[in-house]
Amino acid sequence: MAERSFKEEVKSLRLGAGQEFHGEGILAITKALLESGVSYVGGYQGAPISHLMDVLADAEDVLESLGVHFESSASEATAAAMLAASVNYPLRGAVTFKSTVGTNVASDALANLASGGVTGGALIIVGEDYGEGSSIMQERSHAFAMKSQIWLMDPRPNLPKIVDCVRKGFELSEASNTPVMLEVRIRTCHVTGQFTASNNIRPGFTLKDALDNPVRDTNRIVLPPASYLHEKEKLEVRWPAATRFIREHQLNEFFDGDLADIGIVMQGGMYNTTLRALELAGLADPFGNSRVPLYVLNVTYPLVDEEFLAFTQGKKAILIVEEGAPDYIEQSVSTLLRRHDIQTKIHGKDLLPMGGEYTGLVLKAGVGAFIRTYHPALVAPAPLNSGDNRLKSALAALDGQVHGRPPSFCTGCPERPIFTAMKLVERELGTHHVACDIGCHLFSILPPFNIGATTMGYGLGGASASAFNIKGENKASKRAISIMGDGGFWHNGLLSSVGNAVFNKSDNVMIIVDNGYSAATGGQDILSSHHKHDTRSTQNSIEKAVRGVGVEWVKTLTRTYDLKAMMRTLKEALTSTEPGPKVIVAQSECMLNKQRRERPLVNKAIQDGKRVVRDKFGVDPDTCTGDHSCIRLSGCPSLTLAPNPNPLRREPVTKVINSCVGCGHCGEVSHAAVLCPSFYKASVINNPDNKDTFKQRWRQRVIGLLQRRHARRLALTAAGQAS
Amino acid sequence: MNQTVSTPAFSTPVRSIRIAVLAMGGEGGGVLANWLIDMARANGHTAQMTSVPGVAQRTGATIYYIEMFPVSRIGAGQKPVLALMPVPGDVDIVLASELMEAGRAIQRGFVTPDRTSLIASSHRVFSMTERVAMADGRVDEQALLTACRAAASRFISFDMMRMAEQSGSVISAVMFGALAGVGLLPFNREAFEQTIREGGVGVQASLRAFASGFAAASGELIVPPPEPDAPAKPDPALALQQAARESFPAATLEIITAGLAQCVDWQDIDYARLYLERLQPFARFDKTSGDPQHRVLLEVARQLALAMTYEDTIRVADLKIRAGRFERVAQEVALKDGQILEIREYLHPRLQEIVETLPAFLGKFIVSTGWLKALIERMTSEGKTVETTSIRGFVMLYLVAGLKRWRRSNLRYAHEGRTIQHWLDLVLDTAQRDPALAVEMAELRGLVKGYGDTHARGTDHFNRICAVLPRLEGPQASESVQALRKAANADESGAALSALLARYDA
Repeated sequence: MAERSFKEEVKSLRLGAGQEFHGEGILAITKALLESGVSYVGGYQGAPISHLMDVLADAEDVLESLGVHFESSASEATAAAMLAASVNYPLRGAVTFKSTVGTNVASDALANLASGGVTGGALIIVGEDYGEGSSIMQERSHAFAMKSQIWLMDPRPNLPKIVDCVRKGFELSEASNTPVMLEVRIRTCHVTGQFTASNNIRPGFTLKDALDNPVRDTNRIVLPPASYLHEKEKLEVRWPAATRFIREHQLNEFFDGDLADIGIVMQGGMYNTTLRALELAGLADPFGNSRVPLYVLNVTYPLVDEEFLAFTQGKKAILIVEEGAPDYIEQSVSTLLRRHDIQTKIHGKDLLPMGGEYTGLVLKAGVGAFIRTYHPALVAPAPLNSGDNRLKSALAALDGQVHGRPPSFCTGCPERPIFTAMKLVERELGTHHVACDIGCHLFSILPPFNIGATTMGYGLGGASASAFNIKGENKASKRAISIMGDGGFWHNGLLSSVGNAVFNKSDNVMIIVDNGYSAATGGQDILSSHHKHDTRSTQNSIEKAVRGVGVEWVKTLTRTYDLKAMMRTLKEALTSTEPGPKVIVAQSECMLNKQRRERPLVNKAIQDGKRVVRDKFGVDPDTCTGDHSCIRLSGCPSLTLAPNPNPLRREPVTKVINSCVGCGHCGEVSHAAVLCPSFYKASVINNPDNKDTFKQRWRQRVIGLLQRRHARRLALTAAGQAS
Repeated sequence: MNQTVSTPAFSTPVRSIRIAVLAMGGEGGGVLANWLIDMARANGHTAQMTSVPGVAQRTGATIYYIEMFPVSRIGAGQKPVLALMPVPGDVDIVLASELMEAGRAIQRGFVTPDRTSLIASSHRVFSMTERVAMADGRVDEQALLTACRAAASRFISFDMMRMAEQSGSVISAVMFGALAGVGLLPFNREAFEQTIREGGVGVQASLRAFASGFAAASGELIVPPPEPDAPAKPDPALALQQAARESFPAATLEIITAGLAQCVDWQDIDYARLYLERLQPFARFDKTSGDPQHRVLLEVARQLALAMTYEDTIRVADLKIRAGRFERVAQEVALKDGQILEIREYLHPRLQEIVETLPAFLGKFIVSTGWLKALIERMTSEGKTVETTSIRGFVMLYLVAGLKRWRRSNLRYAHEGRTIQHWLDLVLDTAQRDPALAVEMAELRGLVKGYGDTHARGTDHFNRICAVLPRLEGPQASESVQALRKAANADESGAALSALLARYDA
C-alpha cells in the first residue's frame, strides 16, 4: 500500500480515442504506454517516478484487462534486465526508475541490452532527479546514453508532447533496434495538463505467444564474436537508422524567428523556462512565438548532424541551453561545426553556469547576455527595480532569520528511538564510526541526531563499513556501526552488505530498520512488509534471510520505541565477544503509513460507539524549564516551543502539539535520559464502558476531595498575610 | 499595514497569472494548489501546476507553482506556454503557510515590491535550529514581519493556523479563503466555494475555514492579535506587596511581585518574606548607584526568585496534583463530554532526590545505611510511570507534596540556601566595583535549572565559570562572562564552554 493512492486517477487510464485526459505528467506517461501496446512494465520506485510505480500498482485491473504484465522489480537492475524480453520477440516493454542512482544500479543490464539490441520497442523512463529538491548526487543520465549507445529523449514539458514521445520512443527503438531512454525531470513528472487520448491497444504479439514459441539467436547474445559484431552494428546500422527516423518523423522541432542571424538550441526539457526568459526579455509572446529562431531537441542523443548544419546556416551565433555538466551536446556540436568549417559561434556554458539547475533566473540572465552580445539594442540591461531599496531593506531584515528546513523523521517515526538510543549509548561507550545507507534513516545525519559519516548507495551501508575489519593485534577498541533500511536490505543489502560481512568474518554491528515498507520512496511494499498482500508475497522475515546467509548473532526487536531494550541490545552488540557480524533488526511499522491505515478505522470505531483509547503526550509548562533536552534527543515535529507562562523565565517551554500520535517516545526519553518530570501521557477513553464509568466516579470523588483539601492548604499558607 | 498597487499586476496585456504556494509537509499545500487549478479551469482559464515534492514531504518545505491563462485571450491555433517554476521578480501572488516560509519566499526573490501580493499566516512553525537551542533560539518575529511589509506590494497576514484549528480544518482552506477575500483573482467567492464543494473531502469544515479566512482578509473581520498565555496571577500577601512598594522602585515591582507570588506558591508567606529580605541589600545598592534602569536589582530579583523556587520532587508533586492542572490537560486534549481522561506522569526520582526531599535526619540515615541506600538505588534505576488520575497514584503524589511542611529541614533546602547566599554575596560585592559585571553574574545563575542530568550539567557549567571569575577583572569582564554564559548554552557536551574557558586557564 503506497503512501498516495491513485485509485481515483487511474480511471482516466480507461479513456478512449477523442476523450480529453486531465492529470499529472506521470499519469499521462502511463496512459501513453497503454496506448502504445506495451506488453510488460517494471521498475523501481524513487522520486520523481515513485508515483509512476504507484499508478501502475493501483491500475492492475486495467493492465490485466489489456494483458499487460506489471512487476515491482527488486531493483533497477532487475527492471533493466526485464527488458531482455524484447531482445528476441516483438514485445514492447517499458521500465522506470530514478536517475542517475537507478541507472547506476541498472547499468550492467543496460549495457548488455544495448549491445545485443532489441527487436521489440524497449523504453526506459528515467526520472531525472536533478536540481532543486533532489536527494541524490548531481549527475546526468546523458552519460549512460552515450556510453552504451542508448537513445535519449528529453521531451518539451507539456503533456501532448510527452505522450507523443512515448509513442515515438517505441517506434524509434524498433526502427533502430536500440533501447530508448525517456528523461523526465521532477517538475515535468508532477506537471498537470491535458491531452486528447487514443484507445488503449492490446499487444498483437503477447508474452504467451513468446513463451509458447521460444526463439533464440546467438547473434543477439553478448559473447564473442557476436559482441564485436554488435559494436560494428551499433555504429554502422543502428545509429544511421536512428538519425534517419528522427529526421523523418521530425522528433526535434524548429521554431522560426525574425532574428535570423542568431538562434537558441535547447534540450526539450528546457523549452518552457527558455521561452519564459525570452518573454520576460520582450522577445516572445505567451504562445511560444519567438523572435529568436529556436531548435528544440526532443532527442538529445544522438544529435542529427544535418539538422544542426541547417540550423546554423547563416547564423552568427547560437546559444546551447544544456543543463548539467559536462557539456556533452556543446562539445559534439563544436566538433561537428569545426569539421564542416562552419564559423557560427557557439555559446553555452560560457554564458550559462556549468552546473546547477537552469532556473528561470539563470536562463533570464544567460539568454539576456546572449542577445545583448548580438543585438544590444533589443535587450535593455536589467532595469532598476523601483522597489530595489525596499527589497534590500527586506533582505537585510531577514539576515539570519530564515533557517533551512531539511527533511526529518516524521511525527512518531519508529526510527527516531533507534537514534536516540545510539545517542545515549554514545554517552557511555563513546562515539563510533557510523556508515549509513539510503532511506529515511539517513535523516539521522542532520540535527538533532548528527549521526553518520558516509552514504555509499542503496543496500551498501554494511559494505561501506567493510574496510573497518581489522583482526589480531591491530584490532581497535571500537566497532564500526552500519545502518540499513529494509528497502535497501532487499534491494542489494542482503548480499552486498550482510553476505559480504559474513564471508569476510567482519566483527561490525549492523542495524537493519524494518519498518515494513520502502518508506523513503513513498511506502511501497517489499518482501518483508508486515501485512498480507493479494498479489505479492510479503511477510518474509529479515531475520530468517540474515540467518540464511550465515549470520549467527541476530537480535530482532519488535518495538523500537522500547528505548531501554534498544540501548541494551546496542550495547550488547558493541561489546559482545562472539565473532562475526552482529545484526540488530529493529522493527516497528512506519508511522506515516500506520496512521494512514489506522486513523480511518479508529474514527469509525469511535463513531460506532466502540471503546477506543487514544493517547497524546503533553508537557506541563509550569514544570518545564526550557532546556529543550527532550527535543535534542528526539527531534519529533510535534515537540515544539511555546512562550513561557512564567513571567520570571525567558526561555520558551516545550509544547506538544496536536499532531502527536502518542508513540510514547518522548516519555521514554525523559525516563532513559533522566530529563525532567514534565512529560505526561493523556489517554482519552472514548465511549467508556460501565467498568470505566464506575471507576471514574470513585476516582473523581476521592481525588476531588483531596484536590479541594490541597487547594485549601495552599490558600492557608498564602493567607499568612492576614496574620 | 497594506499598500495597494495602482493597477493589478496581471492586467497587463496577455500575461498568465503567476502564483507560488509555500507550504510544509502535511499542511495541504497540494490540495490548495489543486483547488486553484480546478477553479481556474472551471472559470474560463487554462491552468498548470507543478511542484517538487521529493523528500520535502518529510517535514520539509515545498513550493507549488501555478499559472493561469484566460481562455478568452487565446486565439485560434494558439497554446500558451506556461512555466514550470517561478522566476524571481515575476510572481503575482505568494501564499505562505507560515511566517518563516514567507521570509524564505522573499529571500528567493519571489516577493517583489513592484508586483507581488503576499498572503502569509502569521503563526510560527519553529525550525529544528530554533527548537534544539538550550535556551531561547527563536528568530526575531518582528524582523520577519518587517521584511514582509517591505518586500511585498501588498501584505495580508493573520494567524491562519488558529482559524484552521477553530474550524476543525487545515490551514490550506483558510489560505484559500484569504486569497478570495483579497479579491486578487478574477473569480468571485461563489467560484472559490464551488471548488471546495466539488473537491468533496471535508467540505463543511473546509467551507468554515474558508469563510473565516475570507472575512479576515477582506477586512470584514478585525483579527485580534493572539493573547499571550495568561501568566499565573500574582496574588501574594498584600502586606508584602505593600512592603515591596515602599522599599523598591516602581519599575521593579512587576518582577518582584511575580517573585513573591512564586515564593508563596512554592512554600509559604514566610518564604516570600525571606525573598524580600534577601533583596533588601540590592535595593540599597540600587538607591546609591542611581541606575535609572535598575539592572542589577531587576536581574537579581528575577534570578533569586527562580533560584529560591528550585524544582524538587515536592514542587513537582504539588503542581501535578492541582485541579487546575487537570483542567488544563483536559483542555489540551479537547476532552468532550462522555470521554474519560487518564493522566500518566513520566517520573524518574533518583536516590539523591529522595534523600534531599526527606527531613535531614532521615536523609542522612539513608545515605549512611548501606543496604537501604542500595535498595533505594535499585528501586529507582528505572523511570516510573505514575497515573495521577488513579487513586493510588494521586495519593502517592499527594503525600510527596505534603512533605512541603518539613521542607525547611531537608538537605536540599540547606544546600540551596548556602549556594544562594554565596552567589548573592558575590553579586553584591561585585556590584560595588563593576555593576555591569554584577548583572552578568546575576544572570549566570540562570544556568542552574531543571532536574536530574540537566540540573547537574547546569550546575557544573555555573561552577566552572564562577571558578574563573577572579581572573576576569578589567573593563571587558562583563562581556567575557556573557560570552561564557552563551558558550555554556551553545551545546550540551560543554565543548564550546571548555574551549572558551581554556583561554582563562593560566
